[in-house]
Amino acid sequence: MSAASLPQADARVSPEDFKQRSHESLHDAHLRQSFRGAMDFLVERRALQFPDLQAFNTLRKLGENVRQHALAQLPDLLERLEARLTELGVAVHWAETPADANRIFLDIARRHAATLMVKGKSMVSEEIGLNHEMAAHGVECIETDMGEYILQLDGDRPSHIIMPAIHKTKEDVAAIFHEHIDGAPLSDDVNELIAIGRRALREKFASAKIGVSGVNFMVAETGTLALVENEGNGRLCTSVPDVHVAITGLEKVVDRLEHVLPLYALLPKSATGQAVTTYLNLITGPRRAGEKDGPREMHLILLDNGRTQAYREARFRATLQCIRCGACMNHCPVYTRVGGLSYGTTYPGPIGAIISPHLMGLQSTRDLPTASSLCGACGDVCPVGIPIPDMLMKLREAGRHSVAESITPPAQALVGQGSVRRAGEVLAWRAWRVLYSHAALYRLFAWLAPRLRWLTPAWQGGWTASRAALKPAPRSLREQLARRRAGRTVPGR
Amino acid sequence: MSGAAAEPRARAAIFARLRAAPDVEPVAVPDVAGYYRNRAAPSGESRRERFVRNARSWRAEVIETTAGDWPAALDAVLDARNVRRLLAGRGTTIADTLAARLPAGRLRWYDAPLASFKPELFGAIDAGITTTLGAVAETGSLLLWPDAAEPRTLSLVQPLHIAVLHESGLHETLFDAMVGQGWAARMPSNALLVTGPSKTADIQRMLVYGAHGPRELVILLLRDGDAA
Ligand code: SF4
Repeated sequence: MSAASLPQADARVSPEDFKQRSHESLHDAHLRQSFRGAMDFLVERRALQFPDLQAFNTLRKLGENVRQHALAQLPDLLERLEARLTELGVAVHWAETPADANRIFLDIARRHAATLMVKGKSMVSEEIGLNHEMAAHGVECIETDMGEYILQLDGDRPSHIIMPAIHKTKEDVAAIFHEHIDGAPLSDDVNELIAIGRRALREKFASAKIGVSGVNFMVAETGTLALVENEGNGRLCTSVPDVHVAITGLEKVVDRLEHVLPLYALLPKSATGQAVTTYLNLITGPRRAGEKDGPREMHLILLDNGRTQAYREARFRATLQCIRCGACMNHCPVYTRVGGLSYGTTYPGPIGAIISPHLMGLQSTRDLPTASSLCGACGDVCPVGIPIPDMLMKLREAGRHSVAESITPPAQALVGQGSVRRAGEVLAWRAWRVLYSHAALYRLFAWLAPRLRWLTPAWQGGWTASRAALKPAPRSLREQLARRRAGRTVPGR
Repeated sequence: MSGAAAEPRARAAIFARLRAAPDVEPVAVPDVAGYYRNRAAPSGESRRERFVRNARSWRAEVIETTAGDWPAALDAVLDARNVRRLLAGRGTTIADTLAARLPAGRLRWYDAPLASFKPELFGAIDAGITTTLGAVAETGSLLLWPDAAEPRTLSLVQPLHIAVLHESGLHETLFDAMVGQGWAARMPSNALLVTGPSKTADIQRMLVYGAHGPRELVILLLRDGDAA
């Protein structure tokens, strides 16, 4: 029932319909309940991991420091990383757009005559629509993270970056497995469901030529790729197939190996309230001489897709500090109510609202920075200190103002800069400016407005959707004061 | 090949944009060592006790034994779980003991490269046993550096992973291990921090063990000192 009322999305849904979809989600009691429950659970579990605010702040400062230190020298670190990886025998690829990245994947698949890829959880692969693109060219790309696998079988999309299938019940999953996996009995025992998934995917791991993974952190010093996971599918994808292709955003690099430690100390605690994950998998190059497993060939695809736009402006650069823990979503009162699918973007919630405008342009994502009450919870919990509410405000400004009109003009326009600008609104503010900067005009206006108050419309756009209409007072404050003063014979007191 | 021609162009364009970004104020070098130095030292229990407590909290089974007694402890583990085929690496510090102790049919050496060994690995083996590089008391995690003798899949594909750990290999934190052992200068192709058996909570947040990796992790902890 819940599944049917969700936006079914095989191809890309668009953030343009955010308002419409949130509206629908708000009326889906079942969906709201499952999100609320999941978010309360995650919030509580995280709180248990950080009982001491001061200790949290100390660690968070260090995490922020690591990320800022890396970003401050990003091009240099990327060059070092590339050199290290090349020495290790890893092919490094650069992709400006999702299309570039998909072309690189396809070239690799063709070269190995591969028709099957197994994939560990990777948000960047969702960002480029990898499964879809590969399928269009006859290559099957199978999700192996249990949550993602369930969604793939059902043609649905992830609603949370850490717990992708939280909008599915075990009954939903039972029905999906029963329908799509040969010989799967209809069981709603969770242990059995996971066992069914495990068995079905084992065959894929054993037969796929190519394993695909994301990356949590890359180390310039050693050329190490760090993967964080609980299930073991990431290890299988990077150990069993002959070829390993990792894809990630180019911002994920850190300088030194030990810099991974504070980030790893922050990530699982912030994400799921676990002190550590089952596996921290550090991969440094392909299989070495004499080794019996591990990929013989390894590739790393570094995706830009708008990240360099965020990098260019000091006021947006902190967006790239993100370690994708999802804590900002779990704590967001808007996300908790509208759910992850409403956003129509790869990254939903507060992080989605600040990163998506760079990835997709402000035109289609213009509503996302407004999906916030600016309560500040996201900024408070962010383990790497991203001032998310500030960024939301800056994006709102960039949406409303062209470069020339901006209060603090940016050096270059964002893609889609000024796309929320409406002629009527601009005109209204111009008029306001004229009135408020000419005393005589203002006085005339202040005298006229109360007398013409009967002319104010009852419908005032978005304002009256949930509030009473605005009407000038019967007399302005200035007039009332003047009258009171005149009527008084004895000065007060 | 359109891709091959496009890539150098993409690289140049990306670097041009990154290099064109205005400089920000210099950022201090992160003091990771200082962070670990300044944290309150744990107290009230020994490092071994801390490791055991934490490892168990992640559902690892920890058996405290000695250098002399561990083979018997292993027998008990294998018998209790009815393990018929145990996979191990040749030439490790435990290999001779395993060879002497286990009947040939029960012990299988990981001799062949994965490509030829795959059907058997995925089908006919019940458990894998490995040595460890050490462990981390703070989180109850094992340190594994898979290599030619003990491949990555030895601790991954079977439903049961048994790990032999010496108490002397316990470090307080991952930082201590990483810096103390000089990892950065000699990273292997794969280094792992393993905490408990594999798990998932992807269906209705209900925790299930044995997602894609081992369902069970048994740690044979060889205590120092009381070997004799
Ligand atoms: S913005 Fe911060 S809280 Fe949100 S996902 Fe990224 S790191 Fe986590």
